[in-house]
Parts: sequence; C-alpha cells; structure tokens
Amino acid sequence: MSKYRKILIVGTALAATLATPAMAEKLGLGRAALPEEIAAWNLDVSPDGTGLPEGSGSVEYGETVFSENCASCHGEFAEGVGNWPKLAGGEDTLARRDPVKTVGSYWPYLSTVWDYVHRSMPFGAAQTLSTDDVYAMTAYILYSNYLVDSDFVLSKDNFLDVEMPNADGFIIDDREETEAHFWTEPCMENCKDEVEITMHASVLDVTPGTTEDDAPAEADTVAEADQAAAEEAPRTAGVAEPDPELVAEGEKVFRKCQACHQVGEGAKNRVGPQLNSVLGRTAGSIDDFRYSNPMSAAGEDGLAWTDETLAQYLADPRKYIKGTRMSFAGLRSQDEIDAVIAYLATFAE
Amino acid sequence: MSETSNKSRRAFLRGAAAAGAGTVAAAATARAQAAPDPLITEVQPWASGLGEGVDATPYGLPIRFESDVIRRNVPWLTADPISSINFTPIHALDGTITPQGCAFERHHSGAIELAKQDFRLMINGLVDQPLVFSYEDLERFPRINRVFFCECAANTGMEWAGAQLNGAQFTHGMIHNMEYSGVPLRTLLEEAGVKTEGKWVYVEGADASSNGRSIPLEKALDDVLVAFKANGEALRMEHGYPVRLVVPGWEGNMWVKWLRRIEVVEGPVESREETSKYTDTLADGVSRKWTWVMDAKSIVTSPSPQAPITHGPGPLVITGLAWSGRGAVSKVDVSKDGGKTWETARLANPGEPMALTRFYLDTTWDGSEMLLQSRAMDETGYVQPTKAMLREVRGENSVYHNNCIQTWWVKETGEAENVEVS
Repeated sequence: MSKYRKILIVGTALAATLATPAMAEKLGLGRAALPEEIAAWNLDVSPDGTGLPEGSGSVEYGETVFSENCASCHGEFAEGVGNWPKLAGGEDTLARRDPVKTVGSYWPYLSTVWDYVHRSMPFGAAQTLSTDDVYAMTAYILYSNYLVDSDFVLSKDNFLDVEMPNADGFIIDDREETEAHFWTEPCMENCKDEVEITMHASVLDVTPGTTEDDAPAEADTVAEADQAAAEEAPRTAGVAEPDPELVAEGEKVFRKCQACHQVGEGAKNRVGPQLNSVLGRTAGSIDDFRYSNPMSAAGEDGLAWTDETLAQYLADPRKYIKGTRMSFAGLRSQDEIDAVIAYLATFAE
Repeated sequence: MSETSNKSRRAFLRGAAAAGAGTVAAAATARAQAAPDPLITEVQPWASGLGEGVDATPYGLPIRFESDVIRRNVPWLTADPISSINFTPIHALDGTITPQGCAFERHHSGAIELAKQDFRLMINGLVDQPLVFSYEDLERFPRINRVFFCECAANTGMEWAGAQLNGAQFTHGMIHNMEYSGVPLRTLLEEAGVKTEGKWVYVEGADASSNGRSIPLEKALDDVLVAFKANGEALRMEHGYPVRLVVPGWEGNMWVKWLRRIEVVEGPVESREETSKYTDTLADGVSRKWTWVMDAKSIVTSPSPQAPITHGPGPLVITGLAWSGRGAVSKVDVSKDGGKTWETARLANPGEPMALTRFYLDTTWDGSEMLLQSRAMDETGYVQPTKAMLREVRGENSVYHNNCIQTWWVKETGEAENVEVS
C-alpha cells in the first residue's frame, strides 16, 4: 500500500475530527429575550447618542453629586487622588513625555463618559445613580475641564453639541504600514559591533518582594516560622476570644473595603481612614484625615464606633450618615457585617 | 516494523553509544562526592513510614515546597487591588499550559461570584430574534477545544521608558495559555440570526465594570469562543466563571469575563476600555485605536532574575516562551551577547496558532557573563523588534503592546538582572 495514500487517509480523518462542528440549522435553544429584559441590560451609549435616555442635569447640581459620590477618589475638582484617575486637566500634554490623559485632554467621545459613569460608577456602588444624576455629573466633569460654563445644563438634546478637544486625536491601527519593516529576514551574525548596558532595573529598585519571598529553598521554613510567630502572638487583651472562622470570613469581606481602607501593622489613611482600633473610636476623629462635614459633626455629637453603630453604618452608610464621603453602597447581609466587624476587632492597639 | 528500520535503529544506537563515550572522555567527569550521601545510605522517614491516604485533599494544591510559585502583584502600579492586575510566575513554569490557579488576573471591579444558575447570556441588537441562554443551554450546543494564549495589552508596559522590574514574572507575566472548551460565538450568533446591517458585536460582562468592548463581526464569526472550561475544569472565579469570551490572538481586555451580553451593532460603541484605555499614544500626541492583535513576542524565562543559574559552568538549559497573535511561531533565536550573534533554539513542539510555544537552547555555559535575549518570528514573517525599533515608530509614551526583545544580564555568579542594551 502506498505510503502517501495512508498519510492522505489519516490526514482526511484528522481534518474531519478537528473541524468546527457544522451547524446545519438552528437548534432552537435558549428563549426569546423580553423587551423589559433587553431594556434593563441594553444600556450602552454610542458616539452618535444612540442609547441615551431622556434627562438632563446642571453643572451646579453635578458639583454636589460629584462631591458626594466621586470626589473621594477623583478629587473635588476631578483632579484625582493618589493613583486614582484624574478626570480633568492635562490639556496639551499628549505630545509631551508622560501625557496626562483625562476626559478633557484625551477622551474622544462624551458618550463614553456618560456610558461609563452610568454603568460602572461609583466604584463599589455601580448602577445606583439616576439618569439625571449622570447627566449632572457629566456636565460637572466637562466644567472641571473648562469645556462648558458654570450655568451649563447637559441634556439628551444638546449632548452632541459638546465638542471634545481630542475628538480627532485617534487613528486606526496602522502597524502593518508603519511597522512593515518588522516583517524582515532576521540577522544571525555580526548584527552589531558594540553592545553596552545602557540601563539597569536595579537602579530604580521598584521590584516588589524580598529575598525571602524569592528563595524557594527556604520558603517553607520561612512560612512555617511566620506561622509559628503568628500563633504565639498574644491576643488583644480585654477582647473576647474571637471566633477564628468568623474572623477569616471577615477578612474576605474586608476585600470590599480594601480599595479605600487599610488595617493592620503600618496601616495608613488612604482614600478612607486607617481602621486600626476603629472599634471604640469616636467617629471622624483621625487628625490627619479629611472627613466629610457630616461625619465630623457626628463625632462631635458623640458618635463612637461600637459593634452596634458600625453595623448600622455598614448596612447603609449614606443613610446612617447622610453626606458621608464613603461611596460604598453597604453590606447586604448581616453575616457579612458581623464577620467584618469581628475581623476589625482583631486590630485593636 | 520493516527490516530496514530495525537495521537503522541499531545503527543509530551504535552511533549514540560511540558519541556518548566520546563526550564523557572529552568533558569533565561528573562531580566527585567525598562522603556517602546520607539521603541514600540512611533509611529516610518517607521510605519507612506511610504517606497520606487518598482523599486527604479532595482537590489538591501544589506541594508546599512549591509555595513560591504564585501570582504576585506590583502594589504601586494601581490605586487598589480590586481594579488591578497580578502576574503569572512564568519564571518557574515549564511546558506551555498555565495552571488556572497561578494564571494572572486582571479585574476592573474585582472578581465576582456568579453561580451557574444565576448566569444569563443575552444576544440582542441587530438580530432576527433576541435570545437569552442559560448555562445549561450553552452546554447543549456543539462545542470545541482549543489552546490559546491570553496576554494583557499592558504586558511589559512598565518597561517602555527603561528597564524597570527585575523578573520575568513582572516584565512578562501578564500572560497565560489554556485549553478552552466552549461554543463558537458564530454558533450562538447564527442561532439568533444576524441582520445584514450588523457589522460589530459589543460584548460585556456581568461585573460592575462591565468591561464592554466592540469586536468586528468578521472576527466574531471567525474564531471567537464562548468558553466555560479551561484546562479541563470549570473556569476559576478569577478567570470569569462560569463563562468567558476567548478572542484568539487579540488583547486580553477583549476576553470579557462573566460574559452576560452580546449586542450586534452597526458601529463600535467606543466604550471606556477602547478609547480612554487600550489606545496607544504616539510621539506626536496622536493615538492609535483598535490595536487588537498582539504582536509576536518571546521571553527567556530561565535563567532570569528570579531563576538564576545555581549550578556553575557546564550544561545549561536556556528556556522560554514565544507567541504571536497573528498565527504560529515559526522560529525562535537566542543571543548570549546582547544581539550580536544569534542561535536558533529548539521548539519543544511545532508552533500552534495564537498559543504559547516553549523553546529550549541546550547549551554549555562557560561561566562568563551573558546578555541573554530571545527573538520570536511568526508564520507571517514578522520578527520581534528591539525596544529601539519600537521607540523609533511609537515614541516612549505608549503603555500597551510593548513586544520588544528583552535582555537579561547574567553575571558570573549566575544571577541575572533586567537591563537595556545599546
């Protein structure tokens, strides 16, 4: 038998086996999507305004809702706090080293701002803003970028009239033309005369981790030593022995808080205040943290954080302290609240 | 087996034996041992007592000695760990398949817990019949298995301005490679019936970020998968359980996790993820958009800063990974002198389209310094460029799509450092 025919047969069989299954006709799986369901999820807004709902909002009102919902990360003037995104400024920086990319300096379409704020902001409480709030916030972000006046009101009707400064700043991927010379015959010998090291990563020294982290031979020993040390560490005096399972659960729940709060050794104020010894602490009492006025006032009126008050606050922060900067929507279940409080209680000083 | 092949096999064995003898005579003999090794001469506890029974660990993790082979993040990179990224420990892996448990994560609003019974996938927009699928519905469509790499567009992004992070995990670890089981997106779109005006699909996830992206219909009908298994098991939560999109060869941001909706649209939505992010600003301030394809790229994973040479001069295996979003890797070259001369490495397996390829250079280290580089070439003839070549076209203000040749300075001690060379 010819060797070639054998290969051919095997080849054909293989091709048949590997091919994507042929779809002769529809399978009739799934069900029709209802109009209400499509309306609930079909929220995206396109550059031509497709998808924008009726509504409007002023710069003035936008300033208030921005301050309440966004300023803790993006700054009162949309200038950005820490590593959180700057939404304003950066004009004429795109061609400079380290361009500052903001809504004003970079974003080509206003629809993207509306769409993203409406769908995904505030961080940790997405889809809680009303349509008018989103119009107002978008108007305020435009105002922070000096793109509209303070008496401007943004609505569905004038949405497309707003000109975005960097609307023409984009080109479609042109790598196949501008980088056509990367398709080449690779050099194998005498490719260059001299090779010198021009930069060392160790100069910047920004690599995380320590030698212990990266030493596989000792890793298990180190881990065991750490664990032993942790087990020997004295429990906080005066506090009832915490339920380790509840504390572990609380540690998981605390991931929702980590974006803004630190706790534990060396914890610092970030977007939110550090939470060591938060139980027993007077509300709004960390000296170098800038609280909302209502939070400071609550502390001055005698509010202190206990299991009970913290539980009420965490269930619905903005209801418990109206005007708090904490944009977090709250913990849904009592179990989560109990767990995170048990976890925080382990960080008494 | 034929007589001829038997003969040739014997001839080969004879030749190999002769070559082996020659090698032993010419090279240094194996290490000398002064005293007997107690690990051999003394009965060890594990050779006498009993190990763990079955079911001690109903779902196993790696043995504790491998506890350093984990994802790591770079805390200063992002404002918080929820909208953030970590890195695959590629310096410590071999082969090509990335275990899910150490495959890099990138979330925009955190990894969410979405149960199969709460999963709904909607197809709406320019279709004959808008549909909602349950997880069980998806399992009833004919499905396929494919291996693909998923690389974040920002992989190596911290290295644009200069050598910055000391370790392949940190410079190149925003990548993983898994075998996916899923339904071609084409099948689902055909089930709903795409209208002729439909030219793009907009895909989004169920998490708060939604991470919406627009994909041209041509790609959606070509090779995009709606996947629910990876490496044989359910997707891990952090990889989009129960269902994610697989967009072969294109930037990881488009591989929407916790997939919930596919809308057929006339034009791109120009979402936040495809305008303010995942666009590439050139030196003149103009930015490229729709840079979806991941260019051919490679990296030496060992030796590297986190995987130094510990054995001294002699036989050395240099290994690494290569990939291309445009097709299969056809060739990988390795340079020990910073790019003056190149040797062609051995591919562990022939390159597969849009999947990781493992390469090896089995060599002898003389104990002197090396400036180690690797250079991938793909089936379209694209050759991985140097950082200088990229900067010449793109400037230094890009964040994404840095596929430059990486240099590790291997010192006489065997330690390695991330450097840039002229």
